[in-house]
Amino acid sequence: MTAKLLANDLTLMRGENCLFQELSFTINSGELLLLEGQNGSGKTSLMRAIVGILSLESGEVLWNNIPVYQQRQEFHGSLVWLAHRTGLKGDLTLTENLYFEGALRQRSDADLAEVFKRLGILKLRNLPLRLMSAGQQRRAALARMLLFETPLWLMDEPFTNLDHEGRELVKSLIDEHLATGGICIMAAHQSIDINSTIIRVNL
Amino acid sequence: MIVYSPERPGIIIGLVAIARRDLLLAWKRPGDILNPLFFFAMVCTLFPLAAGPSSEQLVASGPGVLWVAALLSTLLSLNSMFMSDYEDGSLDQLLVSLQPLPALVLGKTVAHWLTSGLPLVLISPLLAMTYKMSTDIFGILMLTLLLGSICLSLLGSIGAALTVGLHRGTALLSLLILPLAMPVLLLGANTVSLAAGGEPYVTGIWALAGYAVAALSLAPYAAAAALRISNE
Repeated sequence: MTAKLLANDLTLMRGENCLFQELSFTINSGELLLLEGQNGSGKTSLMRAIVGILSLESGEVLWNNIPVYQQRQEFHGSLVWLAHRTGLKGDLTLTENLYFEGALRQRSDADLAEVFKRLGILKLRNLPLRLMSAGQQRRAALARMLLFETPLWLMDEPFTNLDHEGRELVKSLIDEHLATGGICIMAAHQSIDINSTIIRVNL
Repeated sequence: MIVYSPERPGIIIGLVAIARRDLLLAWKRPGDILNPLFFFAMVCTLFPLAAGPSSEQLVASGPGVLWVAALLSTLLSLNSMFMSDYEDGSLDQLLVSLQPLPALVLGKTVAHWLTSGLPLVLISPLLAMTYKMSTDIFGILMLTLLLGSICLSLLGSIGAALTVGLHRGTALLSLLILPLAMPVLLLGANTVSLAAGGEPYVTGIWALAGYAVAALSLAPYAAAAALRISNE
């Protein structure tokens, strides 16, 4: 797959504050955009603006050269967003949660059991999410990335709560995704060593 | 350039899936359904005790009390409609899904009605007996409550969507919904009263049905727009 995300002169205001001004970048297939900046500098807000939940003061985001607002559903169908909050229901089991997610976007042909095994949560699949540790919930949220075959990944602090092995897992997932022509936008504090082109944006 | 065009899961699949998920959640936490229902039953049974057992008074006030209690108990249950989704981040995931948001909102509203409106309709004849209501008009009471609760769930989805970002938004939600819900209350209570008095009542039922159809066709879009605004 080839894909391209282009941001053109983005300006975002939150109340009286200007979070960023005239921010532009282009990401192509196989590239990683790393958002850096202090706490509260607007990394999460930029992600929310890219997916279209926050409205921008000015500027536009283009997906495959077409403005996102003209193709909102198609764009949403081509992304998976690992947000700060998992977006999974604490009272439901892992399997129930992901069964529901399957109705929200296009499933890949990945086998559910294989995905759980890869993420190291196969034994927990029939456990309600609220009984899992923070790291385990984080791994559960990662299942979305593998179950849906989408070119664009947005990851907000993907390493939070993960142990060393978990962080390596995330890195290998990103590596594979970029190798198959995907795009990844990531907000992170620590630097990450992967084999692909990294574009850095400092907020 | 290859444009990635995902083959989308059908809209009905999305609508049914979210309704099923909410029903499953309600099943795992039955307290959330039982509280408003308990409130409805309490108001309806306590009123005759406090107002005195005079037969005429009970017959006259029955439809009104039942309907006001139904309206208030629905308002009680509305607040939680989008709240948990907002808190655990699944609302964000719904907003960026491939499915059109109004369909998902409608799915949630259907689940809300099945867990709050429908039980209320089903126990209403039991409570109507407290008011010496004749068994002949149980059918009409249930029919008006059925149509009325559909209206209230749909209207409520707009209010719940608007107040989802506010903590303790219940009072505001009630204020927003009450003007829209007033015709439902008046039509419902008066239709039952007319039927009890042996007068023609069919117009009221048609009007309620019309209101329900209008709400069904407009409310999901309004609620979806409200969700986008309040989640900014």
